[in-house]
Amino acid sequence: MDNTDSKSNLDNSIKPVHTNKVGGSPFTGVLGWIDNRLPIFRMFKYEYLDFQVPKSLSYFWSFGGILMLCLIFLIVTGLALGMHYKPDAKYAFDSVEKIMRDVNYGWLIRYAHMNLASFFFIAVYIHIFRGLYYGSYKEPRQLMWLIGVIIFFLMIATAFLGYTLPWGQMSYWGATVITNLFSAVPFVGEAIVNWLWGDYAVGDATLNRFYVLHWLIAFGILGLVIFHVIALHIVGSNNPSGIEPVDTRDTVSFSPFTTSKDLFAILVFFLIFVAVMMYAPNYLGHPDNYIPADPLVTPAHIVPEWYFLPFYAILRSIPDKLMGVIAMVSSIAILGLLPWLDLSKIRSCAFRPIWKQFVFIFVLDFFILMYVGSKPAEGVYVLIARIGTIYWFLFFLVIAPIVALTEKPLPMPSSIHEYEDWKKQGKLKTFRFFGSK
Amino acid sequence: MILSKLKILTTLLFFFFSTIAFGAGDAEKPISKSWSFEGIFGTFDRASLQRGFQVYKEVCASCHSMKQLSYRNLAEKGGPEFTEEQVKVISSKFEVTDGPNDNGDMFKRPGKPSDKFVSPFLNEKAARAANGGAYPPDLSVIVKARADGADYVYSLLLGYEEKPPKGMKLEDGVYYNKYMPGNKIRMPKPFSKDGVKYADGTSATEEQISADVTTFLMWTAEPHLESRKRAGFKSIIYLLVLISLVYLVKKKIWSRIESKV
Repeated sequence: MDNTDSKSNLDNSIKPVHTNKVGGSPFTGVLGWIDNRLPIFRMFKYEYLDFQVPKSLSYFWSFGGILMLCLIFLIVTGLALGMHYKPDAKYAFDSVEKIMRDVNYGWLIRYAHMNLASFFFIAVYIHIFRGLYYGSYKEPRQLMWLIGVIIFFLMIATAFLGYTLPWGQMSYWGATVITNLFSAVPFVGEAIVNWLWGDYAVGDATLNRFYVLHWLIAFGILGLVIFHVIALHIVGSNNPSGIEPVDTRDTVSFSPFTTSKDLFAILVFFLIFVAVMMYAPNYLGHPDNYIPADPLVTPAHIVPEWYFLPFYAILRSIPDKLMGVIAMVSSIAILGLLPWLDLSKIRSCAFRPIWKQFVFIFVLDFFILMYVGSKPAEGVYVLIARIGTIYWFLFFLVIAPIVALTEKPLPMPSSIHEYEDWKKQGKLKTFRFFGSK
Repeated sequence: MILSKLKILTTLLFFFFSTIAFGAGDAEKPISKSWSFEGIFGTFDRASLQRGFQVYKEVCASCHSMKQLSYRNLAEKGGPEFTEEQVKVISSKFEVTDGPNDNGDMFKRPGKPSDKFVSPFLNEKAARAANGGAYPPDLSVIVKARADGADYVYSLLLGYEEKPPKGMKLEDGVYYNKYMPGNKIRMPKPFSKDGVKYADGTSATEEQISADVTTFLMWTAEPHLESRKRAGFKSIIYLLVLISLVYLVKKKIWSRIESKV
């Protein structure tokens, strides 16, 4: 009896296993054979051909694709540059000049890399604004937004490291000023700074490790971008109405609709980039960076690249070094808290008349901070920077939660296709700078 | 419609960035000269480049190095375009230290087109010692290393005044220049009228000499400027055509659903 009991127990615990999952491919022939063994084609089909996206997306939604392409071009041009560049304090400046003069199309590759960095930031600022304005950070896209904030941090790090590589005056002094910020850390500040430098001053060891880290972080960004996109394909795209799609009246398939539209947007963006790169390649840079680094001569004004200026202004607006650094870092990190600070259930600013005003003021604040960041920290500029910094934090910590609780939203359509109808009938006063469709 | 909006956006963006000025000090705004290398189809004036090289060689090179250039560059397309023969003659007039030879000794030989431009001083210390403590900067990329680029360099060369304004004291070996940030410069006025004798008979006024050498310095800073501008124009035309086609494709595709709504 005992024997049969234990036997039947054993039988109950036996379950079929699936170690072999071959099959299920929508493809036939060679594609099907491969896809049954490595499901990359079906993944591509599901995620990039049949994938449903809201019909109401405006050109603001093309910036994700634009950013992806910028990143790929940056990596490709960076790879070509890396084959000729020498990360050595003695030779770095000359090796860049060699690229500009003697390497076949070296000037093109280097100007492309240099200007792409700027355009990467232009695109990412528009991308972040899009998320802010249309509430793309809200349920269920919080994690995607958080990954985005981390990507932005890494972009800042890698852009800063990349700017030191030509070893011009701004490279050297920018690196000195920024790495010195770490000395504000209590007790271990000095040790951290020396550890970062690999020496007792910014020098050869610093340049060498910055080159390695510039590469490493670039690929870190690529990795996180992949997570960002995977998350996007789970939660789906937000859209100007902020309403989730319900049926096929609300959506279009990714291909050919989104692909054709994004291609157009990418090409227009690329056209502007090419015009700047070919006719004003040094416009977004600083002339001092064509002077070889000289530890004995400090430039009159040490200015970071234009895309860091708002945060540089926040840093300098606070008289205490440590507090300044904390303010600068948290001014970006606070973006990551936004999903939990703005608890309004309505995503799009199209239906949030009050919040919309504050978002526009925030954008204005960004540009004002950028402007004062380029000016010497004296006189009225300090005052403007302080007001700008206060608004920056007020916007997230006070305005966002209060407006979310008190604002009376505008009447909303019940679906995306109704939203589209409303728009056609002129019932919506939406922000349509980039048009729609 | 969309394109024009984008144009407005970029114009605004540029206007905004142009206000982020990097100017410094009390210097006068440089003379705004029109250069042949400006604009979408900008090219260098070959004759001016050749004269400019002469000015550099006879005047500037006695104090300023130009480490990034080789003599062979002078024959390359888009530059002064001296002939290979001319470049051989030019380079052979310089004495280059080479070696070590099989005996382990350094030796002097006449320059070859593949040699880098010979520097007037062995090192920075020697340069300072010979120039009353001032270090004449390397001129390879000087035009790109100064705000306002060619205009600034041109103005600086013309900006010397015999007497500083009242109340300004100049130390020994310091000169007044109205375009230099701070108005004090350690470089003496480099040339005056007929300071160079041009072989092509061009009258060597101060303006002419300054313009020629500035053109030359623009080329040394940006030797591929001509091919860059040509490639820029071609790629923009190409992109405009491609964008129009893609726009039509996109419109056609989207008309499938727009007609249904």
